[in-house]
Amino acid sequence: MKQRSSILDRLFMGLVFFFLYAPIFLLIIFSFNDSKSRTVWQGFTLDWYVELFQDSAIMSSIYTTLLVSVIATVVATVAGTFAAIGFYNMRRRWRNPLITINNIPMMSAEIVMGVSLCLFFVAAFGLFGTAAQWLNNTLGTNLPTRYYLGFPTLLIAHITFNTPYVVLAVMPKLQQMDKHLVEAAQDLGCTWRQAFWKVIIPEIKPGIVNGMLIAFTMSVDDFVISYFTAGSSTSTLAMTIYGMTKKRISPKINAVSTLLFVTVLILLVIVNVREAHQAKAKNAARS
Amino acid sequence: MAKELIRLSDCFVQFDDDIILDHINLYINDKEFLTLLGPSGCGKTTTLRLIGGFLKPTSGEVLFDGAKINDVPPHKRAVNTVFQKYALFPHLNVFENIAFGLRIPKTESDGKKQRKIKLSEEEIQRRVMEMLEVVNLKGFEKRSIASLSGGQQQRVSIARALVNQPKVLLLDEPLGALDLRLRKDMQNELKRIQQQMGITFIYVTHDQEEALAMSDTVVVMDGGKIQQIGTPEDIYNEPKNAFVADFIGESNIIDGIMRADGVVEIFNRKFQCLDKGFAKDEPVDVVIRPEDIDIVPESEGQLRGTVTNVTFKGVHYDIIVDFYGFKWLIQTTDFCPVGAVIGIKIDPDGIHVMKKSQYSGMFGDYSSYSEEYEEISDADYDPDAEEEQEEGDEE
Repeated sequence: MKQRSSILDRLFMGLVFFFLYAPIFLLIIFSFNDSKSRTVWQGFTLDWYVELFQDSAIMSSIYTTLLVSVIATVVATVAGTFAAIGFYNMRRRWRNPLITINNIPMMSAEIVMGVSLCLFFVAAFGLFGTAAQWLNNTLGTNLPTRYYLGFPTLLIAHITFNTPYVVLAVMPKLQQMDKHLVEAAQDLGCTWRQAFWKVIIPEIKPGIVNGMLIAFTMSVDDFVISYFTAGSSTSTLAMTIYGMTKKRISPKINAVSTLLFVTVLILLVIVNVREAHQAKAKNAARS
Repeated sequence: MAKELIRLSDCFVQFDDDIILDHINLYINDKEFLTLLGPSGCGKTTTLRLIGGFLKPTSGEVLFDGAKINDVPPHKRAVNTVFQKYALFPHLNVFENIAFGLRIPKTESDGKKQRKIKLSEEEIQRRVMEMLEVVNLKGFEKRSIASLSGGQQQRVSIARALVNQPKVLLLDEPLGALDLRLRKDMQNELKRIQQQMGITFIYVTHDQEEALAMSDTVVVMDGGKIQQIGTPEDIYNEPKNAFVADFIGESNIIDGIMRADGVVEIFNRKFQCLDKGFAKDEPVDVVIRPEDIDIVPESEGQLRGTVTNVTFKGVHYDIIVDFYGFKWLIQTTDFCPVGAVIGIKIDPDGIHVMKKSQYSGMFGDYSSYSEEYEEISDADYDPDAEEEQEEGDEE
């Protein structure tokens, strides 16, 4: 009886994984297919990858993606770390509601984030335009009065949705930290700032690095929010792939999707291995 | 001869609506071993934090060497702290933990200009090694903190504080996390280090035995107030009120009436005592230590009671004796079986009379003997163990 249910369990699990990963494997396999067909295997080739790197639209969108991801990650890591330290030093009465507010953007639908950021930028542009107009009229300056969505708005959007992830990764490290460590450092002659660099940062560094990796992954991976905030002149890799599906579908899509999938996979593996490693080190230290 | 080093003058601390320290006045002499003793929440750690600079009093003054230091931040005070759970830096090894304070450049002003003073690497090396020797940790300098036992971490944390040559070392329940045996060893060690270094120690603990064994001066605190300041002998022999009498050692505390100088009435019988200066017929609390009671044949006793409980303690027996419904604890080397009727005699110097206080009637009755005794005698008693015991009792 028990045996049979276990087989059923495994079958069910197998089906779940099959439906989860079969499409991805199919995509990866057909990115090496020597044909335009997406159903018939006609031999191995790397042509699609070569073509990919010759496609200027794709290359420029890879560049945009990397640029926005790197800058957004750096800014979000710094902002998120300081935000986490701020939360940590708050009274519990304020901290808990603020952490919930921090978590809401991560849990809410991406499309809500995307649309609301888009509307926010448009409203801000209207305001800037009016202000610029007024300055031009009164002071004779020559400020532009019309603004458009583009790389800067894309970047701001990415920083916005990345920061909460960094906060989430850093907070537990702060909470695990002996709360007397900072006092001990001050007691031994450090100013608060010295204590921050000499004690807090080394203690929470693993959390910061994890937060950074998660933020980078989210940035590289993002489509919905980028789609609403990048405007028509800027395009990330995910947006370019989406654009390609609208036209004649080329197997290049398979190749570029594979690249994106592998990149994100590697980043996620790094994050998980690091976390497992830290948990192990902590258990070892305790015993 | 003894020079005053630190003074807390009318210090008052309040968080939200809770009064943590209620107008504390205290002075601490140079080279003194002073212990702040009290139950948790009595304000002892808060007092230490005032001196360490981690907390500013809501009102009142903290004076160091005569100068007001209320607003001086911790890193500019000539005191160092040994924290409760050591607070060692996990990312640094033993050597770097101890060297931490030495590596911070100090600003020194010689009247006109300020200079940043940085110690040479050799100087740091020399002082850390010297300190490792003081705390008996030679050869441990490259070890990671996580690889040390509790006692060793404790020593590192003491060395890390002392290497900065503070005028005062603050210790916040430093032995709380160690087991009994190690705690005894470390008590001796701390006392030795204090004498060797010749500096002031301010020590916080809830363990009365520790306080009596190590201190020059004990400050007993409860409810944010200082209950009594004195030498360990004073505190034990002449407790000021029922709280101090109960917290320090075992004591029977009985209602009495002061009939005249040197005469106190308990259970309608007059006893000779040494205490004077009370009003005639003033109601008082009378403390009688369990070891000051002599057991005599029933007919010769000043009081007569029935033995209700006997516990063998090695050197002596703890027996509980019922006197007119009030249970006393007596420590005796004579065995008395349960149910025996005995007489007792108390010498005049075995009786200590105290004024009535807010604590009167709260302590000193051994009617609920077993539970209370467990709690007091075993400072590191394990709540889980007690739970198990309770479960056992129900069965």
